[in-house]
Amino acid sequence: MSRTHVNCTVNGDEVDFLASDDTSLLDALRDELGLTSVKEGCGTGDCGACSITVDGKLNCSCLMFAPEAEGTSIGTVEGLADGDQLHPLQQTFLEGAALQCGICTPGVLVAAKVLLDENPAPTETEIRYALAGNLCRCTGYDKIIHAVQEAAVQIGASK
Amino acid sequence: MTATENRPTYKYVGTRPIRHDGLEKVTGKARFAADLNLTGQLRGVMVRSPHAHARIKSIDTSAAEAMPGVKSVTTGADFPDIDPAMPAYDEAINVIARDEVLYHGHVVAAVAATTLSEARAAAAAVKVDYDVLDPILSIEGALEDGATIANKSNRTLFLGQDDETNLASMAPFGRGDVEAGFADADVIVERFFTTKAVHQGYIEPHACVADVGQDGKASIWASSQGHFAVRSKTADILGWGTDKIKVTPAEIGGGFGGKTTIYLEPIAVKLSQKASRPVKIVMSREEVLRATGPAPAAEISIKVGAKNDGELTTIQSTMKYSNGSAKGYAAMLGAMSTASYKFPNLDIQTFGTVANTPKSAAYRAPSAPQAAFAVESCVDEIAKTLGMDPIEIRLQNAVIEGDITAMGAPHPKIGFIETMTAIKDSEHYNSPVPEGAGRGFGTGFWFNIGEQSSATVNLNEDGTATVITGSPDIGGSRASMALMAAETLGLDPMRITPIIADTESVGFTDITEGSRATFATGMAVTNACLELIAQMKARAATMRGVEVDTVDWLDGAAIVDGHDPLTIAEITAQAKQTGGPLTSTASLNAAGAGPSFAAHLADVAVDEETGVVTILRYTAAQDAGTAIHPSYVEGQMQGGSAQGIGWALNEEYIYSDDGVMENASFLDYRMPVASDLPMLETIIVEVPNPSHPYGVRGVGETGIVPPINTIANAIHSATGVRMTDLPMSPPNVLKAIHEQK
Amino acid sequence: MKYAAPTTVDEAVGLLAGDADARVFAGATDLIPQIRSGRPEPSVIVDLKKIDRLIGAVDSGGNWTVGAATPTSTLTASAAFTDAFPGLSEASGLIGSDQIQNRSSWGGNLCNGSPAADSVPALVVNDVRAVIAGSNGERTVPVADVVTGPGQTSLADDEFVVEFEVDAPAANTSDAYLRLIPRTEMDIAVVGAAVRLTMDGNTCTAASVALGAVAPTVVRVPDAEAALIGSTLDDATLAAVADAASAACNPIDDKRGTIEYRREVAGVLAKRAAVIAAERANS
Repeated sequence: MSRTHVNCTVNGDEVDFLASDDTSLLDALRDELGLTSVKEGCGTGDCGACSITVDGKLNCSCLMFAPEAEGTSIGTVEGLADGDQLHPLQQTFLEGAALQCGICTPGVLVAAKVLLDENPAPTETEIRYALAGNLCRCTGYDKIIHAVQEAAVQIGASK
Repeated sequence: MTATENRPTYKYVGTRPIRHDGLEKVTGKARFAADLNLTGQLRGVMVRSPHAHARIKSIDTSAAEAMPGVKSVTTGADFPDIDPAMPAYDEAINVIARDEVLYHGHVVAAVAATTLSEARAAAAAVKVDYDVLDPILSIEGALEDGATIANKSNRTLFLGQDDETNLASMAPFGRGDVEAGFADADVIVERFFTTKAVHQGYIEPHACVADVGQDGKASIWASSQGHFAVRSKTADILGWGTDKIKVTPAEIGGGFGGKTTIYLEPIAVKLSQKASRPVKIVMSREEVLRATGPAPAAEISIKVGAKNDGELTTIQSTMKYSNGSAKGYAAMLGAMSTASYKFPNLDIQTFGTVANTPKSAAYRAPSAPQAAFAVESCVDEIAKTLGMDPIEIRLQNAVIEGDITAMGAPHPKIGFIETMTAIKDSEHYNSPVPEGAGRGFGTGFWFNIGEQSSATVNLNEDGTATVITGSPDIGGSRASMALMAAETLGLDPMRITPIIADTESVGFTDITEGSRATFATGMAVTNACLELIAQMKARAATMRGVEVDTVDWLDGAAIVDGHDPLTIAEITAQAKQTGGPLTSTASLNAAGAGPSFAAHLADVAVDEETGVVTILRYTAAQDAGTAIHPSYVEGQMQGGSAQGIGWALNEEYIYSDDGVMENASFLDYRMPVASDLPMLETIIVEVPNPSHPYGVRGVGETGIVPPINTIANAIHSATGVRMTDLPMSPPNVLKAIHEQK
Repeated sequence: MKYAAPTTVDEAVGLLAGDADARVFAGATDLIPQIRSGRPEPSVIVDLKKIDRLIGAVDSGGNWTVGAATPTSTLTASAAFTDAFPGLSEASGLIGSDQIQNRSSWGGNLCNGSPAADSVPALVVNDVRAVIAGSNGERTVPVADVVTGPGQTSLADDEFVVEFEVDAPAANTSDAYLRLIPRTEMDIAVVGAAVRLTMDGNTCTAASVALGAVAPTVVRVPDAEAALIGSTLDDATLAAVADAASAACNPIDDKRGTIEYRREVAGVLAKRAAVIAAERANS
């Protein structure tokens, strides 16, 4: 088999891996780099459990071919915390019980962080539409929305 | 929260600490079954039937076996025959077909290879010769005279006959005199309701890793609601002893009842055994939707009679549920939902049928949402006909402790009236209905179960504790175990580590289902802690040189007259000197599970030109007995509401005439997304269950029962149109508007 | 399947010309699900996103050139583009979640050939042109001429869309796009309706009406356009618009909608979109 050598940055670290061209970036991140926080819920871009950032933009990694990562900067939930300091979103998710089984949580956190980076004071509707690409079956989204709102307040207050 | 009795003052129960497994879940470290990898592991891929119903004439795996990377192949021939009368039979056949395939996607063979793409290529090279048969795809089709037999092994439950049939079960329930009741009724409502199959929709597809050593012993890591059940079912299906199988539960990404059965493990074990390598199998979403068990479709005819003063006197109903490819208890459980009102005259005929669709599986309060759709819609209609408030009519007829259920047993202490009163007193109910919207009220409940649980509590040298149970945590129960242990021992819950241990490290524990974990496993944890307190009192007596019966226990310390209290940490520091390690195990078959009732309220707007239904406001009230960790009780209520709303509005299985599911993806199997829902307001009612040390009622399932009927009642209020068929999707609503207006 | 990422149009054309089973992609948001559901894999997947010309939306005095692989999130984020073409912007923004929006493109949305593509009715009413490159050079065609049937385009094997040309609208002209989906997001359109109107005070002087998801390809509705022109969008006109839209449908029954539902809702959306376009044209 022939595989492509891909060089990219993941959560600030330079990494490289081999993957055959038809491998999804999702599978490459999980199987070659051991980043199992990125989950496959559907493989077709309909659930968002595989959400990552690519050069700061929110993407479904299941809809990308591994070689597309070449030269890009990829972000996953592992990059949210700053050393032993959780990101406010991680903290409000814990305090607000905004997760139950936790399978959707990495993808939701990545999407929510992108939202708050771009729109620091989103309305409830804006949050809901920004997270429309992240399916959660456990929570009914209520505590997730509250946690994002609370994180927005905390981030705003700390500025 | 609405506490309805003199609620004990708890120190830890009822607080909202951060769950102990939370950090790993928000940092991506939590390991679900698909995240686990063993050295040398192979990837397994299933070969699935392309036909909804067929006989297998032959399977030729020789081409597959010769392909690159392939290390083992298996078919039904590798698995022992099981007597069809045995409980394990249906599940064994469901895991892998023998001579008959029963639904599109039914597993007929499996391949393990060194890479996933090699396994897929080899699976495609397995040649199966089928004799295609007509599929049964509906309840009506199953019961027609001369219908094809969908599953030749099916025999009707409870009938004791040996005829091939498509009838899976029949069970009647009755009391009083329905003829006289209807003759005497002032108002009669008669309707026919239909629902479609829906999937639990867990975001994590089924996954497992199995490793069979050269000693013939299997280690399995599985995503499951019950790893002891994985052990016993795998053992039964393979014909192995349970001592040859060890199961470690991975974190589970949602189950809702759909992961109380098994699909992968026996095959992974067999492939691993034949290859002498670990085997990992992960379902795709398409496989999950095509081939795992949904909740059954139902057809319910119902007639309800009432007097002008609002007394609901008579109910007559025929409830038919499709169990999919094998028999089950679906229909009978539906009759349970008629147990909310006193109904002196009752006649419920329940029928389960089989079909060439996947074997149905539990989905939160199995069969109750369908039945409650029928009953609660009729009650709503009667209330509106009589000009009565929908809550008032239900309060008038609500069951209380001692009232008899459809099944004939009396209700224990329950909180139905209290729960409905909580909605009646709520800000939502007392606010005006928004302009152009309609408001609907609906209810539901679930009996809940007890069953077997074991728990071990170890006190560590520094006075911290480890609580070890065997109940996979599907909704935050780990935190509740720690809280109950904390309350019992008098120890800060953050000094308690709750873990879920594998089948070799904790006593037998039944599946996390039936809303039983906080109830039954919590009881075992509490009992183990109580026994530890007895041990610590004895150690304290030794340390103080007094008789043990002079020692009391208060706030996490042993109290001896005339001495300073001895804290847990002080006692554990002396454990070696006073007799050895401090540890206790308790196990039980829990009795006294308390039903949990719920009442929901919804404001909806209906676009009468397109049929689109928008939920403007939603409130759920539910009796938790005692909410050990209120955030996770709220979470169960909200999760159940969201699933019920999806079931009500847009979720359905769509089948072709050949029995192939046409919408086997999350694009067209339409579950609610964040923008579809409003905030889901919750009101926790607490009518403690006298049979549990902390008054716990299971809460996990009830929440899915009211939403369908609540929304149907709201749509009626908004438009005057009575929806009787699910889903209430835009085309269906628009059609009903045209037909009824 | 091999991956190739050319950096020039000519290089991409060469890859296509050299292999009949090569396929271009931008976002792959349809390509990957199709491969997963069993469609034959291309021999080479040609990533167009490294070709500068195909990325970016450029405004030259009100006339826009949009690279065919430009993520639609770029368009919806552009205040200038959204002001000029609110309907086309909102149509582009409806192609999926935020994750999808950073990948979806006009080129992909058009050339995938789905009858339900959200951007296409809005592209059509705005008379957008597609610039196509191939071995024989470049050619420019109206967008409506690109898709010939479900999953089918008029492009030759060695051709792909390079960019789109959108002319500045006339004065007092604006557009709107509405779609019907069962949920609020994440669904394929059951019906899509795009309307562009030019208004002179309260009177409509020019109209384009196009429907998606109700026929094998996007349909224009000349009878609705005729009803609108010269009218003040009074109730009788809107009823005529709805009837014309319903009549122009040639829909199918499928898991997303029935024939009768699509017909009826096409009429509802066409008239609602017309009202919105008129309001925008006058503001």
